[in-house]
Amino acid sequence: MPIKSYLAHPHTGKKNELIKALSVLHQCEVTPAQNKEVLILVTETENESEEESLKEKIEAIESLKLLAMVSGFNTPQNN
Amino acid sequence: MYTALTNRRSFIKKMALLSAMTAAATMFPGIIFASEQEEGIPNGANLDWKKAPCRFCGVGCGILVGTENGKAIAVKGDPNSAVNKGLLCVKGYHQTMCIQSKDRLTHALVKKNGQYVKTPLNEALDIVANKMKETIQKHGKDAVAMYTSGQSTIPEGYVASKLMKGAIGTNNLDCNARLCMASAVAGFLTTFGADEPMGCYEDIDHADYFITWGNNMAEMHPVLFSRMLEQKSRRGAKIIDFATRTTRSSTASDKSILFEPQTDLAVANAICYEIINNGWVNQSFVEKHCNFSKGLTNMGYGLEDNYKFNDKPQKINFEDYKKFLEDYTPEKVAKYSKVSVKDIKYLAAIYGDPNKKVVSYWCMGMNQHTRGTWINNLVYNIHLLTGKISQPGNGPFSLTGQPSACGTAREVGTFTHKLPKGVVMNEKHRRLAAKIWKVPYERIPAKPTYHATEMFRAVDRGDIKFIWTQVTNPLVSLPKTSRYRPGMEKDSCFVVVSDVFPTPTSDVADVILPASWHIEKSGLYGNSERRTQHWDKMVEGPGETTPDAWMTIEVAKRMGYGDLFPYSEENHVEEIYNEYRQFHEGAKHGMAPLEVLKKESGVIWPYVNGKSTQWRFNAKYDPACSNGEDFHFYGKPDGKAVIWQRPYEPAPESPDAAYPFWLNTGRVIEHWHTGSMTRRIPVLHKAMPSAYIEFHPEDAKALGIKNGENVKVTSRRGSCILPASINERGLPTKGQVFVPFFDENMMINDVTLDAFCPISKEPDYKKCAVKVEKV
Repeated sequence: MPIKSYLAHPHTGKKNELIKALSVLHQCEVTPAQNKEVLILVTETENESEEESLKEKIEAIESLKLLAMVSGFNTPQNN
Repeated sequence: MYTALTNRRSFIKKMALLSAMTAAATMFPGIIFASEQEEGIPNGANLDWKKAPCRFCGVGCGILVGTENGKAIAVKGDPNSAVNKGLLCVKGYHQTMCIQSKDRLTHALVKKNGQYVKTPLNEALDIVANKMKETIQKHGKDAVAMYTSGQSTIPEGYVASKLMKGAIGTNNLDCNARLCMASAVAGFLTTFGADEPMGCYEDIDHADYFITWGNNMAEMHPVLFSRMLEQKSRRGAKIIDFATRTTRSSTASDKSILFEPQTDLAVANAICYEIINNGWVNQSFVEKHCNFSKGLTNMGYGLEDNYKFNDKPQKINFEDYKKFLEDYTPEKVAKYSKVSVKDIKYLAAIYGDPNKKVVSYWCMGMNQHTRGTWINNLVYNIHLLTGKISQPGNGPFSLTGQPSACGTAREVGTFTHKLPKGVVMNEKHRRLAAKIWKVPYERIPAKPTYHATEMFRAVDRGDIKFIWTQVTNPLVSLPKTSRYRPGMEKDSCFVVVSDVFPTPTSDVADVILPASWHIEKSGLYGNSERRTQHWDKMVEGPGETTPDAWMTIEVAKRMGYGDLFPYSEENHVEEIYNEYRQFHEGAKHGMAPLEVLKKESGVIWPYVNGKSTQWRFNAKYDPACSNGEDFHFYGKPDGKAVIWQRPYEPAPESPDAAYPFWLNTGRVIEHWHTGSMTRRIPVLHKAMPSAYIEFHPEDAKALGIKNGENVKVTSRRGSCILPASINERGLPTKGQVFVPFFDENMMINDVTLDAFCPISKEPDYKKCAVKVEKV
């Protein structure tokens, strides 16, 4: 069950749009910086294939300029 | 901002989030995640929010700590604090997490037959008091010493001073602020006759230029840097970074200017040369408000034990000073400072432009300097020559490193030469202290004894036979620990260490006392802008943990000084503060009453007629000005500040054929000083688990060193092995390496040099010569 965190960089002026787009994905938790054009994205998925599919969806978001992974964890299914 | 961790997944999610926050903080100086704090609070939590200053740096951000059922559940920035306006840095967010560390010191430990034995606190305090008394009886009062901290609260510092100077009658009290702020103090006293900055953080909202002198504010004072960046973006204010190493601050600044270590002295003089040569002197300000002086030169570097130095100031005139500066033309200085003529002239033109407001900021780069007092004087010269001082947006501003380096170390005076008001050398000051302390005036010695470095040399020599350290970790933070660790291990000295966590210093203690952490006690701190802040105890500490002030009082009582310490355990903080306030009565340093401090998120002194004084020495803002002029530097008897003639002199040790690199040491955003707290906060430790040695890429290539490879760094004093870091956090200039000092497993201070400024006695951690080799 992968848990990953990313720094998500929006295109100029598209921060709110990116927050909205990510927030509708139920595997995503978004924490925007208050004073910078960047937000933290934490994803939690059931397995690697779901993770890959989610990542494709995220990378297709037009307001996203760059997604940089910070940390990734795998936890046992029974947790 | 953290929740009760109910399962491994929620813990991992939190770690992932915090890792990202920490990564973001290192990439984007001043980044804030305020909304996250609220989201981190558990649903349905019924939190009791109480205010406090942050436990860590000298900025003094206001925090709100949310407690529930006796536990600290959340921390957020205090929106009512004028310092941080609700913002916090990564250390601030996570600070209370260290309380839960499993290796917390919860009970007193007494070494018996080489083993630490858990001992009731009352018995341990008996041992400490008896040992102190016995040492005084056998060897005299100057055989005992206390070494405290810029992280001690105001009451803790006050009772330590009263015990040592007023009760026992020795000046063997110094503190770790000697290692970080003493040059700032000496600079203020020699130039203005009064310690601490004249301005305040509100200067940030008014300045057109911020010039940072050897100061990586993005990592060390991130909330202030964030406020500067906001002004950069909102008003076009400019940040100029003047440093020996490219840092996060440099890359976020408008311009980065690098200089050869130690040559800041020459560049500051060159700026003054340019100001005079171009006719940018504020003539009427200088004529009305300034004197010119010079002092002794070739003072040495304090490398030998029992080194003594007393400056002999001599008045000079403007023409003498102008003549002296002819050695510091930009063309001459550029040759050895490696700062271009163009850049020197650029800096001078900023200071010289009468239509631009300029604030200079500095911290350890200028203070930890073998000519630290001089470089402080020289930056004041620039502001005095141009009259850019004591006005909103115009002024020199020395930042502090610790949360109460100002409030406790400097204002209470936990240095060997200091008293709560003034210095031990001054009879009037001794008489005031004796009156308030109700002790015979003759008991307070008129001569200072040991400053920090000399105190630990005296331990090593066997002259000090009992030492009690509180809230500090000298065996990681002193320079040249390769000498002072074996010194402290000697049987000739009985060592008492009062701390919250085990450290390399507590490892050599004969008695370890379990101290209360920040919010487990009430207290007061004073930050860099003269702001005094009070907090109430919020949670109970574990086991027999006890506030340091109360442990000092208990020892004093056991030594027979109970009549001088008539405080109650419940209200000692309030009682001590009210006694201490008497020292500072009046318009020049009046402290706010405790009732006000309890209500407000800090109050700036002088507090006069119910108001903070934001800009001292300016008659428009400061009611203590009494000379009928616009400005009054009332710290000096004639009301005038001093422009000092101070030359460039080289560092005591420079790179040579055998030791070809400069070693510079410092801090990182994730860790607080020696890491004893922040290394116990999982997210901070994970983000920066160990120290490293930074190289310039060309040096690394020439040595065949790759990122992450182990490198041995060696000086004439010791060595240390660390992984190489190339093009990561910071970028040293060619011929320089940088190592952070937070990691007790990689003791870079075994390598550093214990040379110090002869006037301030503050060591220089920024410059010594080393060799490096791949291992």
